[in-house]
Amino acid sequence: MRSYYAANWASFTFNGLLSWIQQYQEEPQPKEVQDWSSLLDEGEELVYLSNPDSASISNLQVFCFTSEEDEEEAQSSDLPNPTEEKAVNEDTDVKPSADSNEEATTEKQETVGGAEEEQLQVTPTEGEEQDTDKPHLSTAQSQLEPTRKRITYAHLVKEGRRFNIDLVSKLMYSRGSLVDLLIKSNVSRYAEFKNVTRILTYRNGNVEQVPCSRADVFASRQLSVVEKRKLMRFLTSCMEETEEHQAYSGRPYLEFLCDQKLGDNLQHFLLHSIAMVTEDTPIEEGLAATRHFLRSLGRYGNTPFLFPLYGLGEIPQCFCRMCAVFGGIYCLRHSVDCLVVDKDTNRCKAVIDNRGQRISCSHFVVEDSYVGKKAAAPRRLLSRAVLITDGSVLPSDSDQQVSMVTIPPVAARYPVVKMVELCPSTMTCIPGTYLVHLTCQSAGSAYEDLAPVVTRCFHTPDSPDQENRPSVLWCVYFNMVDGSGVELEGHGLPSNVYVCSGLDSTLGHEYAIRQAELIFQKILPEEDFCPPAPNPEDIIYDGENPSTPAGEEDEDGAGEEGKREQSQTQE
Amino acid sequence: MHGRIKIKSTAQQEEEKRKEREKKLKIYVSARDTCFSKRKEGILDEEALQVTQQLLSSNPDFATLWNYRREILMHLETVKEKDEVQKIYEAELAFLESCLKLNPKSYGSWHHRCWVSARLPRPDWSRELSLCDRCLSLDDRNFHCWDYRRMVVKVSGVPVAQELGFTDRLIGSNFSNYSSWHYRSTLLPLLHPESPESPSPSHEPPQPSPSHSPQTQSHRVCEEQLLKEYELVQNAFFTDPNDQSAWFYYRWLLGRAEREEMISCVYVSRDEERVAVAFSRPVNAQSVSLLLVLDGQPQKVEWKSVHPRFKHSPVCICDLPPGTISDITNEHNLTVHWTEKYTHRDCALYTGRTESWCRDSATDQELFRSELSVEKTSVLQSELQSCNQLLELEPLNKWCLLTIVLLMRALDPLGYEKETLAHFQTLKEVDPMRSAYYSDLCSKFIIENTVLKMEYAEVRVFSITDKNLTTLCHLDQLLLVTHINLSSNQLQQLPPQFAMLQCLEVLEVDNNRIENLEGVYHLPKLEEVLLKNNKISALADLQPLASCPKLRRLDLRGNPVTQAANIESELTALLPSVTDLLL
Repeated sequence: MRSYYAANWASFTFNGLLSWIQQYQEEPQPKEVQDWSSLLDEGEELVYLSNPDSASISNLQVFCFTSEEDEEEAQSSDLPNPTEEKAVNEDTDVKPSADSNEEATTEKQETVGGAEEEQLQVTPTEGEEQDTDKPHLSTAQSQLEPTRKRITYAHLVKEGRRFNIDLVSKLMYSRGSLVDLLIKSNVSRYAEFKNVTRILTYRNGNVEQVPCSRADVFASRQLSVVEKRKLMRFLTSCMEETEEHQAYSGRPYLEFLCDQKLGDNLQHFLLHSIAMVTEDTPIEEGLAATRHFLRSLGRYGNTPFLFPLYGLGEIPQCFCRMCAVFGGIYCLRHSVDCLVVDKDTNRCKAVIDNRGQRISCSHFVVEDSYVGKKAAAPRRLLSRAVLITDGSVLPSDSDQQVSMVTIPPVAARYPVVKMVELCPSTMTCIPGTYLVHLTCQSAGSAYEDLAPVVTRCFHTPDSPDQENRPSVLWCVYFNMVDGSGVELEGHGLPSNVYVCSGLDSTLGHEYAIRQAELIFQKILPEEDFCPPAPNPEDIIYDGENPSTPAGEEDEDGAGEEGKREQSQTQE
Repeated sequence: MHGRIKIKSTAQQEEEKRKEREKKLKIYVSARDTCFSKRKEGILDEEALQVTQQLLSSNPDFATLWNYRREILMHLETVKEKDEVQKIYEAELAFLESCLKLNPKSYGSWHHRCWVSARLPRPDWSRELSLCDRCLSLDDRNFHCWDYRRMVVKVSGVPVAQELGFTDRLIGSNFSNYSSWHYRSTLLPLLHPESPESPSPSHEPPQPSPSHSPQTQSHRVCEEQLLKEYELVQNAFFTDPNDQSAWFYYRWLLGRAEREEMISCVYVSRDEERVAVAFSRPVNAQSVSLLLVLDGQPQKVEWKSVHPRFKHSPVCICDLPPGTISDITNEHNLTVHWTEKYTHRDCALYTGRTESWCRDSATDQELFRSELSVEKTSVLQSELQSCNQLLELEPLNKWCLLTIVLLMRALDPLGYEKETLAHFQTLKEVDPMRSAYYSDLCSKFIIENTVLKMEYAEVRVFSITDKNLTTLCHLDQLLLVTHINLSSNQLQQLPPQFAMLQCLEVLEVDNNRIENLEGVYHLPKLEEVLLKNNKISALADLQPLASCPKLRRLDLRGNPVTQAANIESELTALLPSVTDLLL
């Protein structure tokens, strides 16, 4: 039973994220299967849904590298205390005094936070890793004699409400389907966006800016004038299919790039940062990705990407809000236990929630994890890390940069990592901090995949020599299911039950939007998908016609935009 | 159903909008009438201020209302305390801001803002600058804003260095911006003036003041800064070689030399008792302050241009009083003073000589490099290398080709002649829309090269044949030429400037497309005109020849005019001096 909307598309305050972590840290409670057969009518049967939460998030690990309390306090009381992790269970007395001002719920989360102080491991089986992490503690403590005033954990918690931390890390292509949909449907009026201000890449041990727009290329100091010309010419020429492209059909994009004699610099930028593909990606895909990037460039700014203020969690909220205007209803802390299926028609007639309320419905949209066959092929995973840091990976004149950083594999078996660094003006973190999201396809656990990148790009107890890089104050690693591999058909479900996947691993929103549209069309083949919403002044509110609430209700925790649109039109 | 909402139908919406519009119009019209009648009655009160504000906020381009507003404001100035006036004008600025949001290119709003800013007792110029920045970030080509900004900068004395930084910023965000590049070209000479003695005073930027406006200062920029500018602009044209703004700025950087103003040649002819003076730039023959001193005696002469068609000309002529120098046994000393320029040139006419001249031996440096700068050869050479590098990547880019041609001209016009001609050929192919321009430019360069060659050879014969010349220029350089051969080109006329060839005796222009002989005008020594195979079609076109007293041979074969009836007798009547007529 979730107390937040939008499942894995949700966005949390820092305190909210701590309770989310706590929830996963706790032993999953075996679900009591209640017998609701008394609610059945003649000719109906129950189909039980499974509990999704335990499956979608795994390998959760939390590290805190900043001092817990204010500097002075820390120094006076418990500075050289390498065994502080013992405080894990003695929660209350390590709490900073500031907490007492917070309300009860925050206080509880605070306790959790205190307990996580150094690390919080949710995978109890890997004791070995726990051991390897212990030495970090003393290192972390030794970092507490800083030359600059560092933001303390207490401060993070105190200001926790000002964080908006997404579980998913994506960006919006300025000419991608999400932006088109937001514009077409007028849902855009509910949100504000910021441009990603620069594209960066990690290369030869340094973070460099990738010149991709005309203005960037002009201003770039890393490129020679000849490189500038070559890059601009390549970017212009690749927009159209040429015979040369066709000649490389089926061969890797990299091979094509090599033959263009662009030089290492440009080749790196084009492959890793603009196309954002791997060395073995075929040319067709590489060119398509390059074009997608370039088409989005310059619509709103110097990079192809937008990011919603207050985080990506705003996007489902916006669609929900639109839906609510037309009568959509959302329920927190309710879960659907089972479906009521008419045996004759094999249609879902109603659902029964965890409190035994029978709610009739004509369509039912559900995320695959509720109906998943656990035994099926192992699911693909994404590795995620969320970092709160004290500086940008590439400091510049402005401290309000939103950066997309592409990081090629650090070593042979490692995946390509995409990193998004958000500044406080995106309203996702507090002044003086940056919120950094790392994402990749899992090769191992999130920690195994991403910690090497974190130690390279940041100053952590594991990389004590990188004094000049930003410090990680706090971070969390976790794996989540990659929904793009999920089979949406063939669950043997009633014909009016529609399965959608969770989020996918790509940077954009194309996959989710396409899925939402497909499901919508299955339900309402005659209707236009997300037509423009009317202006508020054109809506007639009449309090007449009071009838009982409509039968359909959105299921708890529905995270997929598609569901919102569905209820919008079901009325 | 509960919660179900209805949406107004399109017809409903239309109807509502229509009513809304009607209502608005009614209010607007009545407010306008109120304003007009109030103004007529000479009422200058705050109510009028309010009503005009209402109207202008929906239509900021209503000039009469702005005028009325100014009348009211000026009146209020006389009756209110200074602080109150300040407040009123501040409110006015805020109101104007809302008008500019409505129409950022409203003439009326910007003009009024200028006016208000000038009258504001305590102006806040930094606020005005930031307003301009905002406007320009929305549209970097809003020239109203550029104008207003210039005014603000001038009045508030923004340091030049800061302004240069401003252009850095604008160019950085979008370098296709003539305004920014041009602004840069006015700032650089102020901030980094060329001064061989002292290094660039960048640490202490001079304040712009009326006496040091960019126009009166040198246009030259110190070399150190020039090199930085070359780099900046190269980044632009390598990034986008088709963007012309950067190329134009580059041309400005390269071509800043100005020729010294001087008398380049004095020619005197005993037979005609005529003096011709050539200048380094065209002058107005009537008003130029020239003083002719002959053997120590100032002469009262009438200076005139060589052709009535133009007042300004680089060559002026005058006729001496009859008999002053006609005796061939006398020696004479002439001096021509260009009094306003404090310069003069002497010329001695020796005994037994029928003519004489005095001139600088014109080197290529002085003559034709003024279009590109007198920059150090090494700098130009490295610029040429960069452009050649770009040309390798973009072999068909016209801007690059043209710039290379200009650089080659500046470096070594004769040495690069072959390459230059080849580039012109490419230019005509890649940019056929401007092929005539390239032909003319190429003609100009060929003429320059021929002049140079003639100078080196120290002869008075000028010959360019079979070179596809389309136009004639630099004719002032041919003042002393006696024989000219322009056969087998594409010339369509001998323009009025041709009359500067005061010494011309033989003119060969066979096999061209000449229709017009306007420039063959009062050429005192002209004896032969060979015009075979041209397009002279009417007798009237030959009229100018009648002004050349010594003409005796004329070849008109292959011209349409020879087909006319009675042509021979009419020609004899028109040109009685011609004894050798070929038709």
